[in-house]
Amino acid sequence: MIIPQISVFLINKPGRLHALCESLAKANINLLSMTLADSGEFGLIRLIVSKPKEAVQILEDSGLAATITDVVACEVSASKGGLAKLLSTPAGKLQIDYAYAYPTPSKKDVAVMIFRFNDPNVAISKLKASGVKILSAEELLQDDP
Amino acid sequence: MKKCFWNDQNGSFFPEMALDFMPTEKLRQVQLQRLQATVTHSYNKVPLFRKRMEDLKLKPTDIQQLSDITLLPFSTKKDLRDTYPYQLFAAEMKKIVRLHASSGTTGKPIVVGYTQEDMEVWAQVVKRGLLAAGFSSEDIVQNFYGYGLFTGGLGVHGGLESLGATVIPVSGGNTERQIMIMKDFEVTAIAGTPSYFIRMIDVAEKMGVDLRKLKIKRGLFGAEPWSDGMREYIEKKANIKAFDIYGLSEIIGPGVGSECECQSGIHIFEDHFYPEIIDPETLKSLPDGEEGELVLSTLSKQAMPILRYRTRDITSIETTPCSCGRTIRRIKRIGRRSDDMFIIRGVNVFPSQIEAALLKAEKSLPHYQIILDRKNRLDTIEVKVEISREMLSDNIGDMEALKKRFSHSIEQILGISIMVSLCEPGSLPRSEGKAKRVLDKRQQGATL
Repeated sequence: MIIPQISVFLINKPGRLHALCESLAKANINLLSMTLADSGEFGLIRLIVSKPKEAVQILEDSGLAATITDVVACEVSASKGGLAKLLSTPAGKLQIDYAYAYPTPSKKDVAVMIFRFNDPNVAISKLKASGVKILSAEELLQDDP
Repeated sequence: MKKCFWNDQNGSFFPEMALDFMPTEKLRQVQLQRLQATVTHSYNKVPLFRKRMEDLKLKPTDIQQLSDITLLPFSTKKDLRDTYPYQLFAAEMKKIVRLHASSGTTGKPIVVGYTQEDMEVWAQVVKRGLLAAGFSSEDIVQNFYGYGLFTGGLGVHGGLESLGATVIPVSGGNTERQIMIMKDFEVTAIAGTPSYFIRMIDVAEKMGVDLRKLKIKRGLFGAEPWSDGMREYIEKKANIKAFDIYGLSEIIGPGVGSECECQSGIHIFEDHFYPEIIDPETLKSLPDGEEGELVLSTLSKQAMPILRYRTRDITSIETTPCSCGRTIRRIKRIGRRSDDMFIIRGVNVFPSQIEAALLKAEKSLPHYQIILDRKNRLDTIEVKVEISREMLSDNIGDMEALKKRFSHSIEQILGISIMVSLCEPGSLPRSEGKAKRVLDKRQQGATL
């Protein structure tokens, strides 16, 4: 149920994001979702990719520091108040470090959200108990051509 | 039963090793004879040395006892640059069998030469260092010092061959292949620069190779100052014993001195190199035990004898005998160089202090660079630290906290505020295996 997300350290300089994307593109790795957190001098890029283990190797070979972080992918109703409803369950009281949306062009009435919970395993059991659909890595990546 | 010092661990006899245990009185006699011969040789063959002696109204015959060495003029790196390429040579070119040169990042390199006899001495002193560190003819040794003009690779190579060890002359670079060779060739000992080996430790980890499980027992490291913290790190991460070999091209290359199994200072091969300690400000000689700049004189070099060479390395001569029984004196391991020191806002700083602070904060030594600059008439110091996979966290707060830990640890040692910035792996400059630690961007001659 845990989704491997890649976190990469990038210095905040023009062209660095391009260099990162270029090395993944060359290796034929699909970038499925991404979010960027910056602290002025450096940034942390968080990526969901088609082949996470391979991607970490490629990024490290191109001289970047990269690591895998466990995140959780949940389905949310794609209607007003959908996310609020999800967070009104007991899992919504847990510590969430960050969250971002995952594009699902083939689906109309549901959206997918990625959460970084402080303790992903506790979150998964709470979410499940509340009837929230949690996506496995295989399910999440099935849209990938 | 008393251990027989000049047999190696397999009981093989090495007559060279006995030289390390010569009675002190005999050693001083040998030194005086060789010093007198070297002064005469230089006086006759090297115009610069002769002129300096004449300026001081000195004749070679004025050197009557060892302490008279203090009468002689000093020599410096500048002398080697000014006499580029061959003017310090005291032997005819046809007698010179080898040339080496420094990397020469600024302007012309410095050139050093060796006669056949010099080459034999060089191999002998390196071999004595290897024996002292427990290397034997049974060892398969991966030598990752750079081969070429740099004295490191071929210098250590000569000693290893003379010892009869199996040498793998892999030189520097291609780290993944180095790890592969280490494993596949069943390497039992290694030699090279410590900063490069620390890089190898990282790469091996990434490749899933546990260096602690390989057959490597010991390593000989040198060509740059390395702290006790670095030694601890290397020994723990690779499960080896790490020994310090000291040397400089101007004198001979690696093999001026080396550590024994006791790891308690560098034994200088005193029958070939005479050590003195001076105060770098007043240039006065300091007694054994006091810290100052190491000055070395060659006692047997034929191609390029050098007298009273100012090494810029800061150390002291140990006063107590080593428990290994060697009579040749020891110097403390080099932690800093007098020309490494920089002054920032009135505080004297050595890169080794910053290194110690980084190690304390993170328990492993990251690659770093110190950048000095001047902004709005105020000196600034920035320490750039490369992020490794182990340090990386997905949490921005953790990364900021890491930065704070580094700066706090450095500020505690130096007592001045500094800026730490994190940067990507491999983004800081490295030069031929020796790390380039300080970049001073402050304008020359600017006044405050």
